[in-house]
Amino acid sequence: MTKWNLIIDLAECHNCNNCVIACKDEYVGNDRPGYSAPQPLHGHRWIDIKTRERGRFPHVDVSYLPSMCNHCDDAPCVVHGNGAVIKRDDGIVIIDPAKAKGRRDIAESCPYDAIWWNDALDLPQAWTFDAHLLDSGWKHPRCVQSCPTGAMRAIKVTDQEMARLTVEENLETLRPELKTKPRVYYKNLFRFSKIFVAGEVLMNVNGTVDCAAGAQVTLSSGGKSLGSTQSGTFGEFTLDGLAPNTGDCELTVSHQEFSPQTIALDVADESLVVGTIVLNRNR
Amino acid sequence: MMFSFVLWCLYPALKLYSLRSDRVRALVAEKNFVVQIQVKDCSRGRWYQFENGRVTSGRMLRGDVDVGVRFKTARLGTKILVNMCSGMFHLAHPILRPFLDPLAVVNAVKNFAMEVDGEDELTLHFTDLMNAMLTHHWDQGFALPNDEVRYVNQTNGGPVFVYVKNGRIIRITPIEFDDDDADPWTIEARGRQFTPPRRTTLAPHGLASKSLIYSKKRLLHPLKRIDFDPTGERNPQNRGTSGYERISWDEALDLAAGEIKRINREHGHGAIFNSHSSHHTWGNIGYYLSSNIRFMNAIGCTKMVLNPDSWEGWFWGASHHYGYTMRMGIAEPYGQVEDCLKEAEMIVFWASDPESTCGSYAAFEGTVRRQWARQLGIKMVHIDPYKNETANWLGGKWIPIIPGTGPALAHAIAYVWITDDLYDKDYVEQRTTGFEKYRAYLLGEDDGIPKSPQWQEPETGVKAHIVRALAREWGSKKTYLSCGGKGVGFGGANRAATGAQWARSMVCLMAMQGLGKPGINFGNLTAGTPVDMQFYFPGYADGGISGDMEGTGDPVQNYQRMPHLISINTSNQKIPRLRIPEAILDGETEGYPTDPKSLEGQFQRFSYPSAGHSRIKMMYKYGGSHFGTTMESNRLAIAYRSDSLEFVLNQSIWDEGEARFADLILPACTNFERTDIGEWASSGGYGHHNFNQLNHRVITLQHKCIEPLGESKSDFQIFLELSKRLGLSAYFGEAKTEIQWCREQFLSSDISKSISWKNFLKKGYYVVPPENNQANRAPTSMRWFAEGRKKDVPEPSPLPAEYGEEYLRGLQTQSGKFEFEPQSLKRFDQDPERPPLNRYIPAWEGRQTKDIYRRYPLQLITPHPRFSFHTNGDGKDSVINDIEHHRSLIDGHYFWIARLNPLDAEARDILERDLVRLYNDRGSVICAAMLSERVTPGVVHSYESSAEYQPVGEPGKSPDIGGCVNILTPKRHMTPNTSASAPNSCLIQIEKCARETIQP
Repeated sequence: MTKWNLIIDLAECHNCNNCVIACKDEYVGNDRPGYSAPQPLHGHRWIDIKTRERGRFPHVDVSYLPSMCNHCDDAPCVVHGNGAVIKRDDGIVIIDPAKAKGRRDIAESCPYDAIWWNDALDLPQAWTFDAHLLDSGWKHPRCVQSCPTGAMRAIKVTDQEMARLTVEENLETLRPELKTKPRVYYKNLFRFSKIFVAGEVLMNVNGTVDCAAGAQVTLSSGGKSLGSTQSGTFGEFTLDGLAPNTGDCELTVSHQEFSPQTIALDVADESLVVGTIVLNRNR
Repeated sequence: MMFSFVLWCLYPALKLYSLRSDRVRALVAEKNFVVQIQVKDCSRGRWYQFENGRVTSGRMLRGDVDVGVRFKTARLGTKILVNMCSGMFHLAHPILRPFLDPLAVVNAVKNFAMEVDGEDELTLHFTDLMNAMLTHHWDQGFALPNDEVRYVNQTNGGPVFVYVKNGRIIRITPIEFDDDDADPWTIEARGRQFTPPRRTTLAPHGLASKSLIYSKKRLLHPLKRIDFDPTGERNPQNRGTSGYERISWDEALDLAAGEIKRINREHGHGAIFNSHSSHHTWGNIGYYLSSNIRFMNAIGCTKMVLNPDSWEGWFWGASHHYGYTMRMGIAEPYGQVEDCLKEAEMIVFWASDPESTCGSYAAFEGTVRRQWARQLGIKMVHIDPYKNETANWLGGKWIPIIPGTGPALAHAIAYVWITDDLYDKDYVEQRTTGFEKYRAYLLGEDDGIPKSPQWQEPETGVKAHIVRALAREWGSKKTYLSCGGKGVGFGGANRAATGAQWARSMVCLMAMQGLGKPGINFGNLTAGTPVDMQFYFPGYADGGISGDMEGTGDPVQNYQRMPHLISINTSNQKIPRLRIPEAILDGETEGYPTDPKSLEGQFQRFSYPSAGHSRIKMMYKYGGSHFGTTMESNRLAIAYRSDSLEFVLNQSIWDEGEARFADLILPACTNFERTDIGEWASSGGYGHHNFNQLNHRVITLQHKCIEPLGESKSDFQIFLELSKRLGLSAYFGEAKTEIQWCREQFLSSDISKSISWKNFLKKGYYVVPPENNQANRAPTSMRWFAEGRKKDVPEPSPLPAEYGEEYLRGLQTQSGKFEFEPQSLKRFDQDPERPPLNRYIPAWEGRQTKDIYRRYPLQLITPHPRFSFHTNGDGKDSVINDIEHHRSLIDGHYFWIARLNPLDAEARDILERDLVRLYNDRGSVICAAMLSERVTPGVVHSYESSAEYQPVGEPGKSPDIGGCVNILTPKRHMTPNTSASAPNSCLIQIEKCARETIQP
């Protein structure tokens, strides 16, 4: 039995919003009995993009997280729906637009806030994985078709194959602790969930300060290394994928011929920009 | 004998088609009239009478005819009509397709050997009837099993499939190729093979088309301003505030045609002014350079001169060093994708965000190529006041810079190259002139100030050590410079007071590094793919049906291929786009032309009014984009309300921008509601081979997917209806409908040798096979120059006379070499802000202008927008509004977004998504604040080109909540002797703003 899964790579999403617009284009003004009632022109974003900016000027990055109905295998909405929300054999969750009428509780049951309430139609609504298109022979949903970077992939595989891919590509789901078993997977989710420590290493040579490329930068806590990298051409470095709230840490910067430097850091819940570290010649 | 037989054939054909074709039957029944086709000397002929839906015919010539068609000889009549009349029987014998020989018709008409007379109303009706028979079997679209029909169309952001059911558009998608479509090209680089996917990409504004087509802001009926009385009080002072009343098309067209006649009669030459946007809805027939120009040339008008808005610094600056005036100062774009992937070690993006600006019309075609570059480990650097999407996504070093100071950074990079001996001395020696003077300037030998990294630091905000590291890396690695969104050209930095300096410094840097050598070139993988450059299909600036000999590429490209009548505007009067308000309010202004022929063309000042011409009294405006794209746009609102304009007509699709400043609004339909033809991203002479930004050349028959909404009509049809009232209909339309013009374009191009008209009509697109034979691929740009050979890239410019000594030898400059101190500027030398040597002159509005900076301490930059195509796609209730990085919905209104650094926000007590007032002496705009560390402190980032202009009080004198941030930007030209805009040199202040203070 093969089932649909959506894989989204955060490193590739650059917020063009084509998935958001394609979803609007597909559902606004179109009624698909058995699948979905029309999406309102404005207000709903069955496919949405959340933004997270990390760091401080100029050591900053931004990540975008396309989010939508997770088509969970243990979906609270299916349980709450009592027959109004069905789980198809191919993994897709459909809120029946006829049976779900008036069921605000279904919208409220989703822990991911991925079900939208349509006031005019008195109906909970969510992205159907474009099931009506897949059922008529489409190879992938429209968000995948319109994505210019290939950040989205829809694959129909067995659960075993998906489990293998999850390990192989280091995929994650949103809030796994809820145990809803989402079918939407994310790659490079650390850009949303983790933090970085960034800065710039310079070297002072006879009074002239230049960028120090190739400096070894290590972050450790209690003698245990949390990550290490080398500074780039401009002396810039970023240690990414760090867990928030690690607390007291040490950042050590070393470079041959220069005296190493160690800085004490308190790693809290936000990415940390340590600014400029100037290395001086070994005495 | 033959002629008589041919004429007889038409009679049973009419009867047969009346039975088979609803359209023919309706036209036959619509009017009672008599047509007579004959030889001039009355020796032979035949009449056809249409009465209450019945057709009769006879041989004996009669005198009571309504439409007369006369040929000089029977032989000519036979030649023109034989294939049409015999082909009429194709219903019985499908092999006999009816057609008219267009060249024979045009020749006969031009030589007065064929004449048609009668009232335009009836002659046009008769040709409509003939055309309905000629095109009866022309079925458009691809029927799908589920009662949907899949059509094809084209947007400013890519070609699309359009799925239609029961006359309504269901969805609009990019195109996925089928097995019959050509396979793409492959590039081998560093042991790997790269092939683009078999599909087209689509920009967000193209994908949002359905919401734009069915927008509630569509103009569906002709409208007259309620207090405008053409025979009495015109109340021009109320433009922009009065309401409208619905009138019939007949009333509207009579009013428009009546005013055209009256204005010409009362004021004379030049009194009618035609103003339009720089772009349009796609299609070679409906484009503003096609139908619009044909009509305007036919009635005679004052034309608007488009300044090169997106190219300013390149055209007015860079071109003097190395030519390329035909490309507005942008270097030739060939072969760079392959060369970059094979050879380059680094790409420096400078004022360049291709993931946001999509080249020109090229959607995300370059995206996959930039991913390849990333996979190959090519280093990336991004210089921009804002950490743009390309920088964020592609990765690499972001170097923030104070807006308007780019040339200072460039000089310092060149300084390091000289002091560290990191430039290509052989190249400089052999291929350039004037370097010694530039070197002396950089080292401070002529003014005592070395242009060192330390020197530039207070100007640019870029630390000296960063400059040294960048210069050393650049000087020791084969580097592509991506200066501007398209890789070379465009870029916010070139639309500033220092824009010409910046573009000049970009080309000077590349000349020092050996421009054209392997891995050393302009580009960011947006342009220069190995598509077939020889396969001919007309681009939009080839003029479509305009026949325009002066303002389009028609005489160069298509006149000899597509038989049609030429058109020429007889008025010499011109108005620079940026000085329209002055022309209206002051009655005089001046400008410098965007003349691409030579380096000197741009120096030829012209003034308005032209000698002996009337000042403009009527504006025929095409669309409503100018508030969003005109600097200091309040001027325009005030000008519209002036009584010096007696009549303002706007032909627009949507109720937006300037449309509501018109006395009469004619509702045009979108390109999805008319038949048209066009190639993706192909702009003809406005960007020769512009399609080489694409992974696949895609030529489309732009189907009429749905009927025009409401009473809207295609631009072609509106002009035809007006022509009818001016006796011009035969001249304007040449008795062809839009789809017949599409076929003429088809026949004029190489596509007619590759796919049948019938299949093209049905499928709607054709993918031009790429050039996979390495020997036929276009060579890499400037390689010929670097190697001292004759020019070998496939572009027809510069013009022969522009080569100093030998044709195809050297550049367009006087010396044929790259000139660090251009001879053209030395000879001109009237412009104190454009000196021959590219010295750094701080912006006339920026952090250095202390008196302004004290009051307005924030620099506003207004890059080209990400989600809309200028005003196209923005506003008008489209789904683009819902993109949270485009507009922000606050209290029921979609506010434009202004981005600022949290430090600047905190100092002003501004929180995320607060309403803020952006203001300076020129006006104020209310936006939604977006706080971001990606913005350099002291800078405000807000895209240009809001489609909505919504003043809360008196137009031109009150705050705007639509988002026209160009209200704030200066109207001053970049330098005194140019017509260049410089919106990115703009100082403002921001304050928090309560919603209730701006209630309209």
